[in-house]
Amino acid sequence: MSSRIEPITGRYVHLEIEGRPYRIYFEEAGSGIPLLCLHTAGAHSSQYRHLMCDSAVTDRFRVIAFDLPWHGKSNPPEGWQDEEYKLTSSFYVAAVEAFSEALDLDRPVVMGCSMGGRVVVRLALEKGAALRGVIGLEGSDHPSPWYDNSWLESPEFLRGDFCAALVSGLVAPQSPDEFRWETLWHYYQGGPEVFKGDMHFYRTDSDYARDSSTIDTGACPVFLMTGEYDYSCTPENTIETAKRIPGAEAIIMKEMGHFPMSENPAAFREQLLPVLARIAGKD
Amino acid sequence: MFDCLTDAVASRPHLRHIGRYMRSAFLLEVGDTPYHVTVENGAVSAVEVGPFKMRSWDFAIRAPREVWETFWSDAPPPGYQDLFAMTRYGHARLEGNTAPLLHNLRYVKELLALPRTLRQEAGK
Repeated sequence: MSSRIEPITGRYVHLEIEGRPYRIYFEEAGSGIPLLCLHTAGAHSSQYRHLMCDSAVTDRFRVIAFDLPWHGKSNPPEGWQDEEYKLTSSFYVAAVEAFSEALDLDRPVVMGCSMGGRVVVRLALEKGAALRGVIGLEGSDHPSPWYDNSWLESPEFLRGDFCAALVSGLVAPQSPDEFRWETLWHYYQGGPEVFKGDMHFYRTDSDYARDSSTIDTGACPVFLMTGEYDYSCTPENTIETAKRIPGAEAIIMKEMGHFPMSENPAAFREQLLPVLARIAGKD
Repeated sequence: MFDCLTDAVASRPHLRHIGRYMRSAFLLEVGDTPYHVTVENGAVSAVEVGPFKMRSWDFAIRAPREVWETFWSDAPPPGYQDLFAMTRYGHARLEGNTAPLLHNLRYVKELLALPRTLRQEAGK
């Protein structure tokens, strides 16, 4: 009788992305300003479970996270068995837009991590007027690969335990073991070569550096929050990006790695709450 | 340094299990000192200290002694917490055939960290 039940609810929505139907899983908690959260490559929306159980966030924000097609509990499209999954920049933007429309979200704040922290730059560029702001976690406006492209041809990308080991060093040494390994478990769970398919977007199809200076941060504030231990999107990558976007703010988080919301939720909320308060206060 | 690997792995059945598909020999260089490590089905069957004359290996990880010592500290500073952090920032070099490394990535990463793990366990 004393079991703890979290306030998170999970449901499915049917929508179209680039003309194809998808069954998309999403979770949410709270009410107020929509805060749409985008998971990292090869992972799923559970990365945001701590925020959804934090009343300091959910009192003022409706926190929503969906699994991209092929990820978590969202299906790949019908016919997937004869296709190679490759995430493109245009598909990613269309997916966020389709989901936002399907749930009728009114000027959401979009917060994404890693590849999600990359795509928010394009969202701010092209859809900024329809957004209340973007938060790029471990985000930058252009790719900065840290391993050779030939590695992507390795059969290891079929294996979740390899994907986990590839990213394991991106978790800060200070992050609690429980959450380090939960964060890595999301990578163990990924479908074969889904992480690799996301790398198409992250490594080759997401260079927004040429245009990012045209973002209107008056209409759509841009916050870039990066952990000092992140060697995938380095603090330098983030600071350079913030310098290119007039009005963007870079926050470098001490003792934090590449997965702030899931690797060290207690430390992350201390950094995030002031940012959310500023976005909410602007309204 | 890496002399500890054979015994440390022998007393860790789960680590041996993680590396059970690995058969490889690789080189770990600490400053000028090369350690030649042979892994057979998850057991570290030999750790030999060089210099060697044209000894064969699959891959090599080379870094100055200070870099390894920083890597083995309790909370390594940013850039030193992981093999790939150290290669990204140029503190360490990875050479050779990376296939056996990638195939056994978690296992090798845990081997590299064993000097830190052992010291932390001894301190408890």
